[in-house]
Amino acid sequence: MKITSSIQLIVIVLSALTLSACESESNIYTNQGDEARTLTVMTHDSFSISEQLLEKFQTDHGVEVRFLKSGDAGTTINKAILTKDNPLADVLYGVDNTFLSRALQKDIFESYPSPWLSAIDDNFELDSKYRVLPVDYGDVCINYDRGYFQKHTLPVPQSLDDLLDPGFSDMLVVENPATSSPGLAFLLTTIGRYGDPGYLNYWQGLVNNHVLVVNDWEVAYNQEFSISGGQRPLAVSYSSSPAFEVIYSATPDSEPPTAAIVGDGDCFRQIEFVGILKGTQNRALAEQWIDFMLSPEFQEDIPLQMFVFPVNEQAVLDQVFTEHLAIPEHPAIVSSEDIAEFREEWINQWTQLVLR
Amino acid sequence: MLQIWNSYLRRIVPLGLLWLLPLTFLFIFYFYPLSSILKLSFERQSSGILTPFLEALNSPSIRQVFWFTIWQAALSTLLCLAIGLPGAYLFARFNFRGKSILQALTVIPFVLPTVVVAAAFYALLGPTGFVNNALVQIFSLEAPPIQFTNTIYAILLAHIFYNTTIILRMVGDFWSHIDPRLDQAARTLGATPITAFFKVTLPILGQAITAAALLVFIFNFTSFGVILILGGPKFANLEVEIYNQTISFFNLPLAAVLSILQLTSTLVMTVIYTHLNRSMSQPIQLRARSFTQKRITTWRQRLFAGILILFLFSLLISPLLALSIKSFTNPGLGRGERTSRSVGFTLDNYRQLSINRRESFFFVPPLIAVRNSLVYASIAVILTLAIGMPASWALTRYSDSFFNRLLDPVLMLPLGTSAVTMGLGFIVALNLPPLNLRASPILIPLAHTLVAFPFVVRSLTPSLRSINPRLRQAAGILGASPFQVFHAVDLPLVGRAIIIAGTFAFTISLGEFGATALIARPEYPTIPLMIYRFISQPGATNYGQAMALSTILMAVAAAGIIIIERLRIAQIGEF
Repeated sequence: MKITSSIQLIVIVLSALTLSACESESNIYTNQGDEARTLTVMTHDSFSISEQLLEKFQTDHGVEVRFLKSGDAGTTINKAILTKDNPLADVLYGVDNTFLSRALQKDIFESYPSPWLSAIDDNFELDSKYRVLPVDYGDVCINYDRGYFQKHTLPVPQSLDDLLDPGFSDMLVVENPATSSPGLAFLLTTIGRYGDPGYLNYWQGLVNNHVLVVNDWEVAYNQEFSISGGQRPLAVSYSSSPAFEVIYSATPDSEPPTAAIVGDGDCFRQIEFVGILKGTQNRALAEQWIDFMLSPEFQEDIPLQMFVFPVNEQAVLDQVFTEHLAIPEHPAIVSSEDIAEFREEWINQWTQLVLR
Repeated sequence: MLQIWNSYLRRIVPLGLLWLLPLTFLFIFYFYPLSSILKLSFERQSSGILTPFLEALNSPSIRQVFWFTIWQAALSTLLCLAIGLPGAYLFARFNFRGKSILQALTVIPFVLPTVVVAAAFYALLGPTGFVNNALVQIFSLEAPPIQFTNTIYAILLAHIFYNTTIILRMVGDFWSHIDPRLDQAARTLGATPITAFFKVTLPILGQAITAAALLVFIFNFTSFGVILILGGPKFANLEVEIYNQTISFFNLPLAAVLSILQLTSTLVMTVIYTHLNRSMSQPIQLRARSFTQKRITTWRQRLFAGILILFLFSLLISPLLALSIKSFTNPGLGRGERTSRSVGFTLDNYRQLSINRRESFFFVPPLIAVRNSLVYASIAVILTLAIGMPASWALTRYSDSFFNRLLDPVLMLPLGTSAVTMGLGFIVALNLPPLNLRASPILIPLAHTLVAFPFVVRSLTPSLRSINPRLRQAAGILGASPFQVFHAVDLPLVGRAIIIAGTFAFTISLGEFGATALIARPEYPTIPLMIYRFISQPGATNYGQAMALSTILMAVAAAGIIIIERLRIAQIGEF
């Protein structure tokens, strides 16, 4: 090929590509033009919703919903706080109780007492001024590999205390609370259960029992956990993980390979909230969206989309969950005010003890 | 007097024109967002701007983080050089069957997200990985002998895996255009091969090596996923600490101080590099590769090539292989001690990719994700070359201008900037019309361009500098316009370098995860983003689909690289 003709070819190909790219962008902007009927919802990465359900909301209210996924929960809150004077969205979903105080202190939400609150257990309502409303919850618990304990004819640990038994040495993998959300939840479990500074003694015991700490849930669950080919039969994950092992099993199996330890004080409950961002131009639409998120329709859609569970008591769970889900009755409790105040101190103390 | 003024104008006007586009771009999409977020961070500090600086300075853990950042980066860079330089020699001087495929494969690590690389390394070196299992069986051991999890070795190995390709490409390409007769002449005059290398080849190669080493160093210095996921909780570098301070503790002033520390280090490294380079760069006669490369003939060459290819294979390619094998096997194997009938080859993971099992609004079929990735990557390549070429040109044509000396190191800064800082910078700065881009998908290729731009500049300048200025002068005297000079002299000589630069921009954009995740519009996810969605959910099929998508990503990258290579804009072989 001659030099000039090949250069011409590149120019043609590249400009075609640019044009197609511009086209797909202009599609997005048509949404923006019709500002009055567009609702922007800021969420974390894990947000998901059924296509049909969303379409129904959009036709019912004559509105286009635009989602902005803004990284993990912490990043999403930080972005909302930093753009407080010129908000990115009308509604924010995804603040959990470990970040709640940070969001409330910075005053980024408008109050809205939705009528659906009457169908929600008061224990979930952590803000008395209704600036944020609970949507769903998930429990962080220790999961165990059922096959491993059967094969080695070992007893399964029944509670956090049991993990200090030398019989369970070298078996547990946990996540770093500084970098991982289930990791922080597990640290808070031990604080809720053994108090401050009692939790440090407990962790000293775990260290003596050779607990393995990794930075990420993916590494803990997909690599180190024995069901995935690792060596450790105990891993910090969610109480829902066993049910999802069945739903997303590669073989048509009805028995989950894992189970969760859900005794009193053995788990930490993460509650996720939604709120209307201060300064919205679409207050009425935003209220409708929140009512929608709290309605049984959306609430029943939550588990299979996001792996967490509805707070609305009228929502009915899918059969797979009633069969394979163990929900802890009395999770460990640490108030979100305490989490906001001591988060850094607890993580630093933990780091000094466990990692150094 | 007028004459001096005129000649001054003749110099300064084209220089200004060349810089116009790159500087406008950098100003709007780099300096402005960066300074906005830093300013905002310091405003949050009620007790004065100095406090966070003192806090960082007095904190032993921050000092430890800084020290670790430097030494792991230096060690990783040396290791990449130790493997990359012999590899570059092999690719530069010899022709052998399968060379172009091997070359393309060595670039692929660049596009893989860290979560997937972690999976690949675990498959090979994890407690029940391939190597440990083999060793346990061969020597009938009780426990796996190799401890890989949470060690410095995992970090070093991953850095070699990711960044050796930079040395292979940049140095290898430059080397392939050096006249082998220079070296032969020295040896005829009695020099040993080693003396000839150090006295003849190395001084010429120097600028390509330092440029590549600088890029590798900065990449290792600001490494995030590798340190976080493979290094584990005992290791933190500045980038990881910036993330922790920003997201976990929301201590923005301290995060800003750490960002500034990281930027300053990048600047210092680049200034050292520029200084070293100034004494080295000299115009040479570039030669066609058909002229510099030969077939492997002697047994010593065979041995050298064999050992080296084995080395490159096990360090850079075997993890890729492990991933694609995983993508073709049932991910449920061994999960919960099932005795499985479905052992062996399966396409299930790939089939699952096109099924919207959850009926989710955010479901995207794999082909659409591939299209999204390719569109972003194409825009990034065009933008990067459009601003990178005039910049590298300006740098080389007017290399002694004061303006250039000042700008040269500054161009590297985007590489040394923390992704978290930059992501927040975009949303606080680009918030007013006409630049209200906070939610626009165009931010993604823009962010990729920022990272790829320094690469393009660094891989183009050594080649541009090596063009003998007399060639341009001769063309000019013969009546060629500046554009004709570029077209007839520069382009044929640096065509390869432009292709290498384009490949880097392409692969950087294809694999970029951090910035993409921070600013992504969920309707247009890239392949790495989709991989992350799958791998962060429990269940065997999700894991299997992540492996399948990773294999697709590798295939797309390989195809893209091979196509770009075939474009042959003005192959040097043609003059």
